[in-house]
Amino acid sequence: MTSATTPEPAALLDVRDLSVVFHGSHGDVEAVSEVSFSVRPGEHVALVGESGSGKSVTSLAVMGLLPTRSAKVEGSIRYDGDDLLAMTDHERRDLRGAEMAMIFQDPMTSLNPVVPIGVQIGEVLQRHKAMTGRQARNESGDLLARVGIADGSRRLGEYPHQLSGGMRQRVLIAIALACEPRLLIADEPTTALDVTIQAQILELLRELVSGTGTALVMITHDLGVVAGLCDQVHVMYAGRVVESAPRRPLFARPRHPYTGGLLRSIPRLDAPRGEPLTPIPGSPSDALSWTAGCAFAPRCGNRIDRCTSQTPELAAQHAYEPGYEQALRCFNPIGEETS
Amino acid sequence: MTAQLPTLPTGPAAGPGDGATVVGESLLRGAWHRLRRSPLAVAGAVIVLLFVLVALAAPLLAPYEPASTQWAGDVTPQSVPGPSADHVLGLDSFGSDMLTQLLYGARQSLIVGVVSTLLGLSVGAALGISAGGLGGKVDTAVMRLVDILLSIPSLLLAVSVAAVMGQSQLSVMIAIGVAQVPIFARLLRGSMLSQSRSDYVLAAGALGIRRRRIVLGHVLPNSLGPTIVQATLSLATAIIEVAALSFLGLGDSDPAVAEWGRMLVAAQERFGNDPRLAVYPGVCIAITALGFTLFGEALREALDPRQRR
Amino acid sequence: MLRFTLRRLALLVPVLFGLSILLFVWIRALPGDPARSLLGERATPEGIRQIRALYGFDKPLVEQYWAYLGQLVTFDFGSSIRDGRPVTDTFLEQFPATVELAFFAIVFAVVLGIPLGYAAARRRGELVDGAVITGSLIGVVIPVFFLAILLKLVFAIQLDWFPTSSRQDARIDATHITNFYVLDGLLTREFDAAWDAIVHLVLPAVALGTIPLAIIVRITRASVSEVLNEDYVRTAEAKGLHPQVVRRRHVLRNAMLPVLTTIGLQVGLLLSGAVLTESVFAFNGIGSYLFDAIAQRDYPVLQGYILFIALIYSLVNLAVDIGYGLIDPRVRVS
Repeated sequence: MTSATTPEPAALLDVRDLSVVFHGSHGDVEAVSEVSFSVRPGEHVALVGESGSGKSVTSLAVMGLLPTRSAKVEGSIRYDGDDLLAMTDHERRDLRGAEMAMIFQDPMTSLNPVVPIGVQIGEVLQRHKAMTGRQARNESGDLLARVGIADGSRRLGEYPHQLSGGMRQRVLIAIALACEPRLLIADEPTTALDVTIQAQILELLRELVSGTGTALVMITHDLGVVAGLCDQVHVMYAGRVVESAPRRPLFARPRHPYTGGLLRSIPRLDAPRGEPLTPIPGSPSDALSWTAGCAFAPRCGNRIDRCTSQTPELAAQHAYEPGYEQALRCFNPIGEETS
Repeated sequence: MTAQLPTLPTGPAAGPGDGATVVGESLLRGAWHRLRRSPLAVAGAVIVLLFVLVALAAPLLAPYEPASTQWAGDVTPQSVPGPSADHVLGLDSFGSDMLTQLLYGARQSLIVGVVSTLLGLSVGAALGISAGGLGGKVDTAVMRLVDILLSIPSLLLAVSVAAVMGQSQLSVMIAIGVAQVPIFARLLRGSMLSQSRSDYVLAAGALGIRRRRIVLGHVLPNSLGPTIVQATLSLATAIIEVAALSFLGLGDSDPAVAEWGRMLVAAQERFGNDPRLAVYPGVCIAITALGFTLFGEALREALDPRQRR
Repeated sequence: MLRFTLRRLALLVPVLFGLSILLFVWIRALPGDPARSLLGERATPEGIRQIRALYGFDKPLVEQYWAYLGQLVTFDFGSSIRDGRPVTDTFLEQFPATVELAFFAIVFAVVLGIPLGYAAARRRGELVDGAVITGSLIGVVIPVFFLAILLKLVFAIQLDWFPTSSRQDARIDATHITNFYVLDGLLTREFDAAWDAIVHLVLPAVALGTIPLAIIVRITRASVSEVLNEDYVRTAEAKGLHPQVVRRRHVLRNAMLPVLTTIGLQVGLLLSGAVLTESVFAFNGIGSYLFDAIAQRDYPVLQGYILFIALIYSLVNLAVDIGYGLIDPRVRVS
């Protein structure tokens, strides 16, 4: 089996064999293991999985926001060819906010409550673009308008508690895109919002990102979000990538049983009334490392004997579509079952 | 397209190792576990237990009768006899056995401390629950009273009350109790208010359960934790304030009653020559207060439902 | 902001009112005849008659209260039983001494406390943290008068590094303008006098400031720890800001809010602690005067001084409230 660990030369972001281990009072926890994927300039990539799958930790590792004392990061994370893990804190700080930016899940708590939003936007501009106070203020007003907050310049003096959840998320998007980063990581940006606002924010994101040609890494557990936004999908489970595929083949012909389960569990409008929902049985495992076997085996409908004794490797597959990554970590995929 | 959905396996292949948190562990059980593991909590508990035991068993433990000044003759203006075979810790400036005085002093501190804290707690809780539960004018009135009481630093408040009531053990207890009322009033009122907004109380109300039952059956038990924590911490403060009041000359004037604060006052004149006269009672006060504070703080962290780290 | 300030100010009025009623009741609750209590040993029939007339003890209660209120508003608290001097006069005379002492004590507590608390929070679980927690626990429970005695014993008597008592060496001929001895020394350029005053302040200030120091350390540590875990700090770091900017604008500005409130409360501790500390060091401020007044049941002084102290305490907490409103915009709305 060939492993999917060859770096992509043309990639903007290239993650190879990333592993993150947390030292805790209950022992070491391997949150992310052997994760590899890449993002080309302008590409929209999705990291999909349930809570505990390691998708957020992966993105925090890319940004360099993991606590240095308790988290050990290994592998390689290359941005524009440079290994981020080999850089000093200072160098990484220069990249953060300027080249790569991130928006987080909960807009209600992600803004400083005692500082006006104008300052919170302006400080990124002053840090990375050496703007003066006045320039930063003007630019911040423009940014607010661009993210759909009418009368942006007049609202610069307001505080976060004066804004609704949706508006706060818009402010956070404005902050993230202020310095025109080439890579934007969005960690479940709509999960904490009302459903009606969710669609607006996603649409806003899509417009902005496409318009500027920014690469997007969308982290989500919601396949519906993926369908509308992303070209390349990586499905994660228990800290590992279990399937990678471009969007259409993934939705049409999922091969990993977990992916299949995720797709099946989405309620459909055209399903007959009264038909029960189909969840994936069991729950995501506690993040203590498995000694042997596939992590998904306990919940897997395609489980064979081999699955509990050997750990499957991530194997590159023939790409359905050229230029995209395709990989699978399974001994008994859907459609190719043995026995 | 796919195989049958499986039933959950029950074999050894499933599940991580033991040691993960048990889902649905009760708050009390969790608190007990956390308390047992914290060294500070254990230290605090040990000190508290020791203090209570000593205080209760003073008559049994003490070698002599309290405040018996039969050795006053050995005391000179220049010196006070130090440790000897008859007197393990020596004498105090009045000619009593130091060890005996310290042991009985613990008793005094315990009694006065506990009674005054209970006083403050009951009056304060009654006020706080009425304020939070009845709202409106009652609430405003109680809060004004609390604000007024809190506008005077607590020690001085105790001093004012004690000055009015004359020198006795009772007046000290009432004085310190009064100073503690506002803290408990605010605590219970806050607890009442935050809980009356909580979903389970609203649900109980919607079910038609009468207010009094809601308060007694639901709100009070939930306020118990923070109240016990505050009571423990207040007890530490009370012990120090008892000594402070004695230091100021407002405590029990009966010379037959041993009290740590009074021992400190007497020791002041002599500590150029005999510092141990001041050090012994002072250290007793500090360690006792430390024990209650450690225990109270540990209790607070253990009962915190957020259970972080 | 103005409305917020006015509202807070307005809250002060009923409190002071209630306080006056409490004290009114208090005087009359004293054991024995109130007039005799107010005069003490010097009570003569003539004196009692005068006091009766002054306080109107024979008149109906409501009239008494009005008269009393009138006195309070003019700050007429009568005279000390012991030395006959008007209470207000002695208070104003001794007030600067205690303010100076409290000032140095709180500066000591804040300048040491906040950095220590911050350092402990950043290095949670390490040796520094452990040492800080232990130290602050001891600091909180040690009775201030015991600490004062210990410090005096060790540093003044045994080591002779500091003087044992009073505000200034009698041999230095210092000019006093404001009665703030250190300030006076600086204003009159008598630097030896200023230095001498400082030297006399060290031990009492350390004794008085230790409990506030311990409390500030603990609150800072808890507050900073909590803020460091907040999402908005993560956002700030994601922006790639300089660590100093993150610390100043995002961590500290939020973490200092509870610390600010506590400093207001500490003033209360300082005022009551002053009563105990000043007497140990024979430091001539309102504390030691009040100490003697308590010991000798000098009720006019007790009443007046406690009222003054309550007034000051309330004003300080008002200032803290307003300051809090300046920093935290969310509070202004409520």
